Amino acid sequence: MANEAVVINAVARASLWLQPHRVVLILIALGLVLGAAFFMRWDWLPQYWEMGLIGIWRGLWILAVTCTLGFLLAVPLGLAQAGGPFWFAMPAKVFCTIIRGTPLLLQLWLLYYGLGSLFPQYPWIRDSWMWPYLRQAWPYGVLALTLSFAGYEGEVMRGAFAGVPKGQLEAARAFGMSRWKIFRRIWLPQAFYRALPTLTGETVLQLKSTPLVATISVIDIFAVSSKVRQDTYLTYEPLLLLALIYMAITGILVFAFSRIEARIPVKIG
Amino acid sequence: MYPPGGPGSSNPGAKLIDAFLPASAAGIMELLSPVPPGWGGTLLVGLLHSIEIAVGATCLGLLIGTGGAYGKLYGGPVVRDLLAVYTTVVRAVPELVLILLLYYAGTDLINQVLTAMGYQRVDISGLAAGIFVLGFVQGAYSTEVIRGAILSIPQGQIEAARAYGMPPSLLLRRITLPAMLPFAIPGLANLWLIATKDTALLAVVGFFELTLATRQAAGVTKAYLTFYVAAGALYLMLSLFSNLIIGRVEAWARRGMPSVKEAR
Repeated sequence: MANEAVVINAVARASLWLQPHRVVLILIALGLVLGAAFFMRWDWLPQYWEMGLIGIWRGLWILAVTCTLGFLLAVPLGLAQAGGPFWFAMPAKVFCTIIRGTPLLLQLWLLYYGLGSLFPQYPWIRDSWMWPYLRQAWPYGVLALTLSFAGYEGEVMRGAFAGVPKGQLEAARAFGMSRWKIFRRIWLPQAFYRALPTLTGETVLQLKSTPLVATISVIDIFAVSSKVRQDTYLTYEPLLLLALIYMAITGILVFAFSRIEARIPVKIG
Repeated sequence: MYPPGGPGSSNPGAKLIDAFLPASAAGIMELLSPVPPGWGGTLLVGLLHSIEIAVGATCLGLLIGTGGAYGKLYGGPVVRDLLAVYTTVVRAVPELVLILLLYYAGTDLINQVLTAMGYQRVDISGLAAGIFVLGFVQGAYSTEVIRGAILSIPQGQIEAARAYGMPPSLLLRRITLPAMLPFAIPGLANLWLIATKDTALLAVVGFFELTLATRQAAGVTKAYLTFYVAAGALYLMLSLFSNLIIGRVEAWARRGMPSVKEAR
């Protein structure tokens, strides 16, 4: 019975959504997609799709690593600004202002070309175990993206930490919790719930920043599409497919985050 | 890939100083001086181009945004759906990809239309193309900002204006735009800051703005760190100066409204 009702409900909602003008629009969109599939050149796909998959995988990997590391860095940055003494709050604020006030592309090139030109001059760096990594491009990309995410998210976490009601922290202290326990059990979880909706947006923004690493010779999906453009002299096909891939990844990310958000109790504070 | 190191010296401190200076050991000030032997003038011209593009793109974005918000709120079902597709797609695809796509597609389309109408092909200036591309992207974001701001206007104000028999254009000019401004300014200010930073992406398509100027100067002189830090400082100054102006503008737009701080 209940199942039937759900089905009927879904059908009713679908018929509400699927108004006549939407059917026409969807048909036009399908026509455009089919037209693109038939009248544009896609014969390069078999040759490059493996490279493309590796590129997508690498981009997702960079996204996951930089978001995780950046968030771990953002927590102390936000904490220092929200409740830290002046000597912690000031540098954190300056860091966030600098990161948020300059373009990511410039930060990336500053690290790659600037720092990258600095390191080879020191023999002890060239002899150390780090040198094989420092010679490659991706550590600079990961570092720049991590710092950028930390800068933007640090500002968000500052607001989230400051927004936790004072009574919660006072109650925890009245229970005799140690400072570390208060932070771990009360302050951080509540701040995290508050920051979660913006975290979705920040992650999508970070995804849209990852193609920048292609400018410092990391082979991600954007670099693959540039290679296809150079090899085949096609302009639109690789770029259109690239846009489609990014839209799909964004859609998956937003859906996944909405599932996580739905699991979290709505009423807080 | 990396430039050769400075003149050999064993002292790490001296090496650090060498790194900031090119091999010729010219002073940083000389490198950054605005007259030709220095590259400061090049950077400033780049900054000027960046600001030009950001201003143009923001203005175009505001026009598109106002129209888009009106379409989303008052338009027919088809207009609403098309605008939803526009804002969703533009906000889901990286700016870099959109810039490449629109840059090539836009210039190609104009030239094809021109040849179809029997005119000569034209070279579209980088400035116009950059403003168009970034404005198109900004338009999607400002559509959402302005739509939200219009929805925040107390309903009675617009109803009262309609009751007075104001035509839609007068209603827009006298009531909707001024009344939505205080709600829209924080979001629009954010968009302006994003626009100034997005101009850097045009370096990838070869438009001469601050980041590309920096890259050229650094490539020629090999003083990478000096020029990138200098360009970063210029961008930062632009952001901080914008914040100052935005604070003023917001105070002006909020004039006569009760302060949020006092309400707490």
